[in-house]
Amino acid sequence: MHDLNRLIQTLHPLERVVVPVLENDIDVAAITKKTGLKEVEVMRALQWLENKGIIKIQQILKEIINLDKNGALYVMEGLPEKRFLQTLTEEERMTLDEVSEKAHLTKEEVNICLGLLKKRGAIEILPRMRVDITEEGRLLFGKQSLEEQFLKRLPLDAAHLSSEEKKAYEELKRRKQIIRTDLVKTRYVKLTKVGEELSKLKLSDQFVDSLTHDMLINGNWKDKNFRRYDVTINVPKVYGGKRHFVNQAVDYIKRIWLDMGFKEMRGSIVQTSFWNFDALFTAQDHPVRDMQDTFFLKDPAKGKLPKKDIVDGVRKTHETGGHTGSTGWGYSWNREEAKKNVLRTHTTVLSAKTIAALKESDLPVKLFAVGKCFRNETVDWSHLFELTQVEGIVIDPNANFKHLIGYLKEFFLKMGYEKVRIRPAYFPYTEPSAEIEVFHPVRKTWVELGGAGMFRPEVVKPLMGKDIPVLAWGLGMERLIGEYYQITDIRDLYKNDLKQIREMKFWMK
Amino acid sequence: MPTITLNKKVFEKLVGKQLPVDQLKEKISFLGTDLEKIEGDEIVVEVFPNRPDMLSEQGFARAFSSFIGRKVGLRKYAAKKSGYKVSVDKSVSIVRPFTACAVVKGIKFDNEKIKEVIQIQEKLHVTYGRNRKKVAIGIYPLEKIKFPVRFEARKPDEIRFQPLDTTEIMTASQMLVKHPAGKAYAHLLEGCQVYPIFVDANNEILSMPPVINSDRTGKITLKTNDVFVECSGFDLKVLCRCLNIIVAALADMGGQIFEVELDYQRKKVVTPDFTPGEMKISRDYVNRVLGLDLGDDEIKRYLLRMGYDCSAGKAVIPSYRADVLHPIDLVEDIAIAYGYDNFEEEIPNVSTVAEEDKFEVFKRKVAEILVGLGMIETNTYNLTNKENLTAKLGISFECVELENAKNVDYNVLRSWMIPNLLQVLKNNKHHEFPQKIFEIGTIFKKSPAEETGVKEMDRLAVCVSNTRADYTEIKQVFDSLFRALDVEYTVTETEHDSFIPGRVARIGVRGKGVAYIGEIHPIVIGNLALEMPVAAFELNLTDLYALMHSVPDK
Repeated sequence: MHDLNRLIQTLHPLERVVVPVLENDIDVAAITKKTGLKEVEVMRALQWLENKGIIKIQQILKEIINLDKNGALYVMEGLPEKRFLQTLTEEERMTLDEVSEKAHLTKEEVNICLGLLKKRGAIEILPRMRVDITEEGRLLFGKQSLEEQFLKRLPLDAAHLSSEEKKAYEELKRRKQIIRTDLVKTRYVKLTKVGEELSKLKLSDQFVDSLTHDMLINGNWKDKNFRRYDVTINVPKVYGGKRHFVNQAVDYIKRIWLDMGFKEMRGSIVQTSFWNFDALFTAQDHPVRDMQDTFFLKDPAKGKLPKKDIVDGVRKTHETGGHTGSTGWGYSWNREEAKKNVLRTHTTVLSAKTIAALKESDLPVKLFAVGKCFRNETVDWSHLFELTQVEGIVIDPNANFKHLIGYLKEFFLKMGYEKVRIRPAYFPYTEPSAEIEVFHPVRKTWVELGGAGMFRPEVVKPLMGKDIPVLAWGLGMERLIGEYYQITDIRDLYKNDLKQIREMKFWMK
Repeated sequence: MPTITLNKKVFEKLVGKQLPVDQLKEKISFLGTDLEKIEGDEIVVEVFPNRPDMLSEQGFARAFSSFIGRKVGLRKYAAKKSGYKVSVDKSVSIVRPFTACAVVKGIKFDNEKIKEVIQIQEKLHVTYGRNRKKVAIGIYPLEKIKFPVRFEARKPDEIRFQPLDTTEIMTASQMLVKHPAGKAYAHLLEGCQVYPIFVDANNEILSMPPVINSDRTGKITLKTNDVFVECSGFDLKVLCRCLNIIVAALADMGGQIFEVELDYQRKKVVTPDFTPGEMKISRDYVNRVLGLDLGDDEIKRYLLRMGYDCSAGKAVIPSYRADVLHPIDLVEDIAIAYGYDNFEEEIPNVSTVAEEDKFEVFKRKVAEILVGLGMIETNTYNLTNKENLTAKLGISFECVELENAKNVDYNVLRSWMIPNLLQVLKNNKHHEFPQKIFEIGTIFKKSPAEETGVKEMDRLAVCVSNTRADYTEIKQVFDSLFRALDVEYTVTETEHDSFIPGRVARIGVRGKGVAYIGEIHPIVIGNLALEMPVAAFELNLTDLYALMHSVPDK
């Protein structure tokens, strides 16, 4: 009894209306009628009652006989045979055409009527296509036929027909589009043991469903009980505003460098080849400068070169090494090639520009940037034409290769990668150069996450006037964060599917 | 990055040691290349583009056996004197002025070696030779050639021979349109009045560099023992180095190298020349860069492991190395020999003050305000196409176009942000409404005053879309943002073809227009096949930020 009381306290107002009318085998239509609720409300209440173990909802398929197109018409205008007879009661001995016209019957209907009425002896057929009504016919006309009664009673359950109804059904079934049978799903209720007990009780209406402002003011919640909720119930999802998940990670990455005392750099996406390549000691015939790999601008195709001493320094370094102690690349450097505008292929271009603007008194300095860079790639699961690079440089007269490894390992540790290794690599603008790999705990392999190194004297000296150690790195951010979001197809990072963004977990580092 | 295929047995024989696969992989990784895969007897490795000397089985094995300490120090190669001569006619000076040549004898060619010679040639062509533009390489069976050979240039129709893998004699012009190699490299001779050829003493044409060899004289077979090697191009130094890379590999195959005298009319040059280079290397410099405390002996030991010799503070550099421009390159090789994995990381105690870029902070704050208003941030590409930016939005203006984008849907830099957000809405029609999105991104405009002629600014766009999205709703968002920023603004009715007339306004801050706001025109909505009303604004954050941080006019 205690349990039953507790159960009663959980009933929703809709359930409270439904429970009193419940009995075994009652169907939804009947409940709807008896309670005066809407069908959806009844269904919701029944669903909840079933969840609480009060009822079981059963379902059967029924064959229901309904009016078809012609049937609906005949219910309003009368069956053709009735109209046929009516015409004959109004005027004697008519031709079939006259009957057809007066009774608004099609030729097909007239033919059916002829057969049917003759069989019942209601008409006689006279010579020259004339017909007349018999006494039997007048009798028939006077009363409602089984068929007419049947049509008026529809819809009916095909499984529960009386013998007369069955006869009419068989008759009408043969005729064109008068009736049809539809399979209809019907839900009905079986009471469980608890349900049987519950249905015998009178439910009190002294339950508070929602606590309202008024109740609080006039205090009349005090003599009532609160309906108990099903606290385990699933609720509809809500979505709040949200930063894009990639940008959440970007903010965290910036935080790491800031925590390590780095200063942020910004700069343009469109750059001249001079800054993107030449200043970074990338020879003018290097394959990266091909149309295949780098985006060039159609208009404005060329930009301006910086001040003369920087341009001359870079030119001489490429050609002969200039004052850098290098042999240079040994070719004739072309100014026009250097003017070509490109979409920056790496954020390292920002580092080059920053170095060129620094004074020795600014040192030591540590800088970072997180920004988009561009490659003329065909897009697939592992390639995009726009990528985000995490760039960092340390310009410090006392910096060395061990510091480079130190900064990088610290960064990756903060990103959640504990096993990091450095391998030899090649970039035109760094020496020594290194590739950074992290150990993938699931795939059990080393995964490459970026490049690093110390800027070559051929880069630093023409820009700063002095060869000072510069540690530098450029890390691919997409690979770095894909793991966290469990994204393996790089395109999914930027597909801007609102469902994906709404449901994506937060960056919790 | 280029890869080469090594035959495991040949490689092990060359190295003089067998290593288990995992050790091999590890060692190769720390030599600075990458093991791609091992399949049966084939090992595929990646080689960095600065080491063309490692682009052959022999070159790779040479570097590797030094690195693992098997055969260290400078490898000595010498060319024997011979009477072979190649005369260089001055007619080539305008088309392909230089060549460097050698003869290598006594290689017993088998299928493996033929494959290897083809690989060396191919890999060097693609990388160091910049697709034959900088260096074109020819290797010929010596027995088919009668010295002296001439390197000269003739008019295309005066060049007739049977190119490789064909049965008919063609003129040079025909080869460039008919032969596969001709078609592939025709662009390298484009605009030239004459084409370069190698011709022997019987007036037999050996080849037409950089395009194709003759089928009769330019094909190595199982019967070949001795070969003539030539490199042609524009920089004799580059050619000599490339030649040395090839003949050193051929010598490692068992060949003997012979000199060729090149008669450049005004001067005579003898190739190949294996005289090693020299470069000073100071202990202090090495230790300063690497943060180590190596002694001279250790430095020497590491240099030997990278295939150099070292004496009296100087490194002796093999003549086939193309990557040593500066002592820093030696420092890196010392680091590689020391082992990158042996460096201990260190974070120096250097005091620097962290500083986030102020404008980046501003943008982040704006994003936070919008998130607080229930907005979802999107992240779209800077690249789009002109139709998305203009025609679909019912307007037209000049865009910054790319010259060579592979993907035609992304060949223009965006000039405003709203089109990108409308594309996002278009792709999310099937998801839950209301949809309230924003993005802060860079936009691009032509501006001759800038260094590149392109001005970049950051803009914020916001779009709200649902069954009744309207001006009031978007203005509420805008107003809320500006109240949070504590900035006063003016609203003036304006016209903009992307918006419904009478429902679009220009927002001003201290007299400067900074934003458009309004209801998107149903034609635009139709152009994008959207089915819900959209209200939007686009705000210039670069200008707004500048206005907020400048002193107002009195």
